[in-house]
Amino acid sequence: MGGFGHGPAVPAEAEDMVLAARNARYGRWLFLLYFVIYAGFVGLNAFAPQTMAINIAGIHLAVWYGLALIVTAMVLAMIYVWLCRRPSA
Amino acid sequence: MIPQPSSLAVVVFLIFVAITLGLSFYFGAKAKSASAYFAAGGQIHWFVNGVAFAGDYLSAASFLGICGMLSRSGYDGFLYSIGFLAGWVVALFVIAEPLKRLGKFTFADALNSQFQSRGITFAAGVSALVVSIFYLIPQMVGAGSLIYPLLGFPQWMGVIIVGVVVTLIVTTAGMVSTTYVQFIKGSLLVFFSGLLTVLILMRGFTIDDRPEATEPQTIVTLPDGKVLINGWPKGLGAGEADLRPVGSISKLPGDVKSTGPLGPLAYLSTLQNSEIVLWTEKTETVDGVKTTTYSPKPTMGAEVMVPGVHPIFKGLRGDSLTAKLDFISLMLALFAGTASLPHILIRYYTVKDQAAARQSTVVGIGTIGTFYVLTLFLGFGAMTSGTMDLTDSNMAAPLLAKSFGDLLFAIISAIAFTTVLGTVSGLIVAASGAIVHDLITGCMNVSLSDHQKVRVGKLSALIVGALSIVLGILFQNMNAGFLVGWAFNVAASANLPALIMILFWKGTTKQGVTAAIFVGLFSSLGWILLSQETMQKVYGFSAAAAAESAMVPFSQPGLVTIPLGFLTLIVVSLLTTRHESPVKTQG
Repeated sequence: MGGFGHGPAVPAEAEDMVLAARNARYGRWLFLLYFVIYAGFVGLNAFAPQTMAINIAGIHLAVWYGLALIVTAMVLAMIYVWLCRRPSA
Repeated sequence: MIPQPSSLAVVVFLIFVAITLGLSFYFGAKAKSASAYFAAGGQIHWFVNGVAFAGDYLSAASFLGICGMLSRSGYDGFLYSIGFLAGWVVALFVIAEPLKRLGKFTFADALNSQFQSRGITFAAGVSALVVSIFYLIPQMVGAGSLIYPLLGFPQWMGVIIVGVVVTLIVTTAGMVSTTYVQFIKGSLLVFFSGLLTVLILMRGFTIDDRPEATEPQTIVTLPDGKVLINGWPKGLGAGEADLRPVGSISKLPGDVKSTGPLGPLAYLSTLQNSEIVLWTEKTETVDGVKTTTYSPKPTMGAEVMVPGVHPIFKGLRGDSLTAKLDFISLMLALFAGTASLPHILIRYYTVKDQAAARQSTVVGIGTIGTFYVLTLFLGFGAMTSGTMDLTDSNMAAPLLAKSFGDLLFAIISAIAFTTVLGTVSGLIVAASGAIVHDLITGCMNVSLSDHQKVRVGKLSALIVGALSIVLGILFQNMNAGFLVGWAFNVAASANLPALIMILFWKGTTKQGVTAAIFVGLFSSLGWILLSQETMQKVYGFSAAAAAESAMVPFSQPGLVTIPLGFLTLIVVSLLTTRHESPVKTQG
């Protein structure tokens, strides 16, 4: 826990614009993927609410889709960190 | 119901405050430089920062509001859980890394890294300050309305206790102590929500066939102010009555009386095939006598496992296009708002590099996502455990805990109250950072030494803390959840277009950024002030009069004002692009 208050942070990750651009590209694709899934959920709720009552294994799609949105966010987040790791020298 | 706060809860709360203040003074002796005070010196471990994200983000609205809504209206509360979490995807995939790379203390640094423009600094500083104060109001109002049922102190004392404790935390060690307060709060909240969920699953469902579980209840307020509950004077003594706690199952699948322990999925599918007793509320005033009647409404579980029961989401089951647009607008504001909240963004400056920023967001998403999954069980548990207070849905989670014993009630009450501390301290650091870095040194060009920055920062924190106490008392009758929605809409409209475009469009100019921030800020504020929801809840119009006088078609501005921010940025940038070369790095 020690070591606070000793001047500004020094980034340990070197400024590598190639890596930064690569990470931003991964980020954009993963964002787009999640956005489509989220927009699908919002759209179904707004314009086809009856689909939310479809039963899958005894539980409504509304619950499955909601849980899936939360779990997908966690999984994509881990994939992103894995993709952004530094290439092993 | 007449609250019966536990003195044990006060003890648990005091222990928490003693630990956090102790930590604050310990770190306060070390955090002397501006970097340490405003950004914890960039020395926070990514895991600690990740959990602190949860402590920063999960406000009382998340914990008590969502559980309360789930317990009264079913699935609808979960829509907020989904939207609040989804916003973190924007933060991680789009904002985190460049924000960390380009900035040092505030998000204005990142916006301004290629322009060195005082206009941008001013706009971003004002926006950070306005959004933080907007977000502070519901937190303080929440502290006031929670303290009486949870700890037994009057409302104004709740506001003052939170204001004073948080100001002490922030002025001693700034972001360092704030981080640890948030870390402790985030861990406790998720751990005890998990424990409560395990207990709910182990208890399963049991039919409540007592006749009083399904008898209507009334509150009658006589012209002289006397209150009768179910025909008796209100009170806990002999010859007096209090509202009975409600919420029960009236039929289980397979005609069993009790299910015994259930797994998480079996819990949800059993609930969906049961019959649950929900409650409707109707108020009438005749000759000065106000009668509120609560009537039981046996409802199929399948009905509460889809959206559209709560008044906010009722429109989803109808044909009105504006109701659907209002819903889309709310879900868009939740999605876009998270990554635009200043108190969340500044947490990125407390870790050492971009890799740590990414890792801590993943920990944050994991912690916050786990909590939001648990809200589903806490809400449904409260709905069916016979513990709900018909007059206060915010108490659903603590009262549910009470059904497992007084100790758990005390702990959950104390945690519920301390959720306010974690979020408020983050907001005060964000606001004082915006004052010192953006407005005083950045915009007014006052040059301050490192030591002076810390002193001015502490002074600003003191002023913002005092202001939040005053606002918390002034706004004490406003609905806290409603105000949180405002803050998300305003943050997303003012900050997101600038943050995104500066990263992805080379044609962005400083005038474009400044204009987009101000247009987003004022258009979303203006829209809110002219909406039906505000007319009704703030100006006190009747529902019909509010619908008539509202000047905007639906209440949530995001769907219009977020794109408006983008459009403003693009148009103004195109118009001003001839006067300067936009992407040239100066200085």
